[in-house]
Amino acid sequence: MDDEPTTEPQAAEPEDAAAPPAETPSAGAAVQAAPAPDPHGAAGAGRVTMVIWRGDEGGGDFATYELPAQDGEVVLDVVHRVQATQAPDLACRWNCKAGKCGSCSAEINGKPGLMCMTRMDTLPPGEPVTIAPMKTFPVIRDLVTDVSYNYEVAKRIPPFQPRPKTADEEAAGGYRMAQIDVERSQEFRKCIECFLCQDVCHVIRDHEENKTAFAGPRFFARSAELEMHPLDTNDRRELLRQEQGLGKCNITKCCTEVCPEHIKITDNAIIPLKERVVDAAFDPVAWLGRKILNRTTRSAREAAASSPAHGPAAVQPGTPVSGVPAPGGD
Amino acid sequence: MPDIETHDFDILIIGAGGAGLRAAVEAQAQGMRTALVCKSLLGKAHTVMAEGGVAAAMGNVYSEDNWQVHFRDTMRGGKMLNNWRMAQLHAQESPDRVRELEEWGALFDRTEDGLILQRDFGGHRYARLAHVGDRTGLEIIRTLQQKAVADGLEVFMEVKVLRLLRDADGVVSGAVGYRRPTGEFVSFTAKAVVLATGGVGKSWLYTSNSWESTGDGHAMALWAGADLIDMECVQFHPTGMVWPLSVRGILVTEGVRGDGGVLRNSDGRRFMFDYIPPMFAAETADSEEEADKWYDDHTAGRRPPELLPRDEVARSINSEVKAGRGSPHGGVFLDIASRRTAEDIRRRLPSMYHQFKELAGVDITAEPMEVGPTCHYIMGGVRVDADSTAATVPGLFAAGEVAGGMHGSNRLGGNSLSDLIVFGRRAGMGAVEFAAGRTGAVRVDEGEVAAAIEAAVAPLQREGGENPYTVHQDLQRTMQSLVGIIRTGTELEEALGAIEALEERAAAVSVGGGIAYNPGWNMATDLPSMLTVSRAVAQGAINRKESRGGHTRDDFPTPDPEMGKVNFVQRIERPDTQGVLGTPSVRTITVGPEPLPVMPDELAALFEEAH
Repeated sequence: MDDEPTTEPQAAEPEDAAAPPAETPSAGAAVQAAPAPDPHGAAGAGRVTMVIWRGDEGGGDFATYELPAQDGEVVLDVVHRVQATQAPDLACRWNCKAGKCGSCSAEINGKPGLMCMTRMDTLPPGEPVTIAPMKTFPVIRDLVTDVSYNYEVAKRIPPFQPRPKTADEEAAGGYRMAQIDVERSQEFRKCIECFLCQDVCHVIRDHEENKTAFAGPRFFARSAELEMHPLDTNDRRELLRQEQGLGKCNITKCCTEVCPEHIKITDNAIIPLKERVVDAAFDPVAWLGRKILNRTTRSAREAAASSPAHGPAAVQPGTPVSGVPAPGGD
Repeated sequence: MPDIETHDFDILIIGAGGAGLRAAVEAQAQGMRTALVCKSLLGKAHTVMAEGGVAAAMGNVYSEDNWQVHFRDTMRGGKMLNNWRMAQLHAQESPDRVRELEEWGALFDRTEDGLILQRDFGGHRYARLAHVGDRTGLEIIRTLQQKAVADGLEVFMEVKVLRLLRDADGVVSGAVGYRRPTGEFVSFTAKAVVLATGGVGKSWLYTSNSWESTGDGHAMALWAGADLIDMECVQFHPTGMVWPLSVRGILVTEGVRGDGGVLRNSDGRRFMFDYIPPMFAAETADSEEEADKWYDDHTAGRRPPELLPRDEVARSINSEVKAGRGSPHGGVFLDIASRRTAEDIRRRLPSMYHQFKELAGVDITAEPMEVGPTCHYIMGGVRVDADSTAATVPGLFAAGEVAGGMHGSNRLGGNSLSDLIVFGRRAGMGAVEFAAGRTGAVRVDEGEVAAAIEAAVAPLQREGGENPYTVHQDLQRTMQSLVGIIRTGTELEEALGAIEALEERAAAVSVGGGIAYNPGWNMATDLPSMLTVSRAVAQGAINRKESRGGHTRDDFPTPDPEMGKVNFVQRIERPDTQGVLGTPSVRTITVGPEPLPVMPDELAALFEEAH
């Protein structure tokens, strides 16, 4: 255990002092010992004020918690200390505490972000920190929201369907793909499903009614990932256009800005998807194919992809490319 | 039966990490009505934290690699305490399981000729880890999640399972738990149950594990009468973050060392050269010059000592810090900045770059990281049949970290993700076979359902009791200081006494608020598993009077050849009051040595050929 009480995570909590642990130094404790007080430890002398939304679907309000400041903490650490010492029933989701699972999304001082990756020392010193649940999803309790919408959208995306292996690949035991070709989709596969991009997307943030016919940035990125996957043969363009509301996106790039994985959702996923969808929708060969076969085919898609690009001119911001009217507001 | 939500399936899988998802995919593929239950949202399980890669002797980088070499590396890494048959199946089947992930959409990094690229890791003779940068676990869980969803799997998210249910003959036939968002109880009946609940790290203060790793599966199996083996074998990963304190324990992937990172003490010395054990001396470089040649060409020099198995590296770091040569915050330095270009580091280790930049304010392309051991993985677990993953009570199967035997006393990096997909599939197959052979309606003991609910709601009804968080913190401190990386008999005995006292405190906690999404209540219902597991680890550690792999006894500092031939088995003889804290059956756990399965001669011969 720590020999240096000022660096012990909970040492400053009076609640802890009431029940001191039985501490016996052992050989194994060497690594856990902090040999020198942290030079930044002096900052631990201050207090921090957390203003956290408490409530459920029936309503609620902000509650204020004051506790000692500690060095090097992220917002989630402070929420945990509120839970452990003042409000054990304060609901929040979290898992990894390292920005890898995407569970602890919330709106911190009005700005959507991951609580585990928001350092307290990046927030204005001496001012209260306000934490609210994500606005776009219905509240379950406190900071926990019902994100089932996202899981429902995920179910409706036609799955990965690989091409058959070539004779060479059968012999080699696996598909051959060049690194440069997998990297496009790999960018989207970095997604940790924190749903912050969904949270900030104006199409659903301000228009609940759009949720029934809009997949949202997370799932545009998922579709882009599949469409750009070197092995995939499924075609999702009609679905994107007609049921997932790709045209509703007017590329304000809020999703890209909020993404903790720094995925360029707008530039690398949504805009290329809009181009492909437009190509498919207005390509005469594809149109004829649909007329004859009453479905889209991979060959039509490939034909569209190899035809001269219509270019970005076809997807000017705000243009309802899908034929579905864009939402009002933004 | 209490009036609660009930469901009936053929196969019930508890846990939605890599093993649970892979088991579910298998059971679904065989036409079984399958349910997957998980404590968090789907896709958030601890598997996402696995960084470095998945070990499989595909031979894409070194054609010399094959399953025999992987098998030998795994057994030697585990100090020969492994279940040989599990290690064999794992080495033989993992290449196919990795290729299968690719057929389901995974996009691994590529070799020059377009095949799956493989990287070096500690204890693996050849570059063997298929990977995606340093986010391989995320790639695997997402691939399996998307496959399972596409196949129409029924998923019950944010359900905490309290205990397993048995029928009148003692066959495991379901489970009971509650939905965390509403607090409403739910029970499942099933012809077979697969445990894939992961690890136990939340009983320690500094751990790489998420809050979910409370050992629910280990504890529920024990309560239901199943055997656990070698619970004393807990892996402390050598490189966790040590600063800031709030992120202490968060993992720094071994891939940093595989890609050229070296460990230095406060004198700047590359100290791992001072800690090369005789077992690995023949294949480990003894000078920096030789070690540095190896990264580019494994035939030009022997392996750098930074890539010794994790137990060796963790103990060495511990010794350096103890000798006063540690870093300012009580770790040592992990330096890749001076050895690779900034561009290389950012490309090969993007998550690590961001993790340090954003959490510690450290630019790993310019400065060394401070790292130290963190509680990471339990090798011990539910005793299973290697081929079917069947536990020792009928109807119960276990795969992944909750199962014991595969990794012996120490797991090699990269062997966990491969374990999940190899034995996740086998658990699905084993459960399907058992379920297909089961006739008649599945019934559970309704008294067990009622007892589980009664025990769970008690903290909500009790007033004036202690805060469950305080009990948890004291348990973490006890396990960290008394059942940590280096152990002694007297401290372990002291730990047992402390755990007993904590059990009494846990039995008297009270929580305010309602049942809907109440973390305090959730914590109160996690305490029984954490305490049962902690007791099992301490008891196993008392009985294994030797040092082997992840289990190090200061008072018995060397391996004992006789103890290397046995598993320490723990079971509750009459599991009649499952998981109710403070009741005798939870306390009375028998611990006895039982001989390891004997390796056939043709496999034993592999160790004689090895140098």
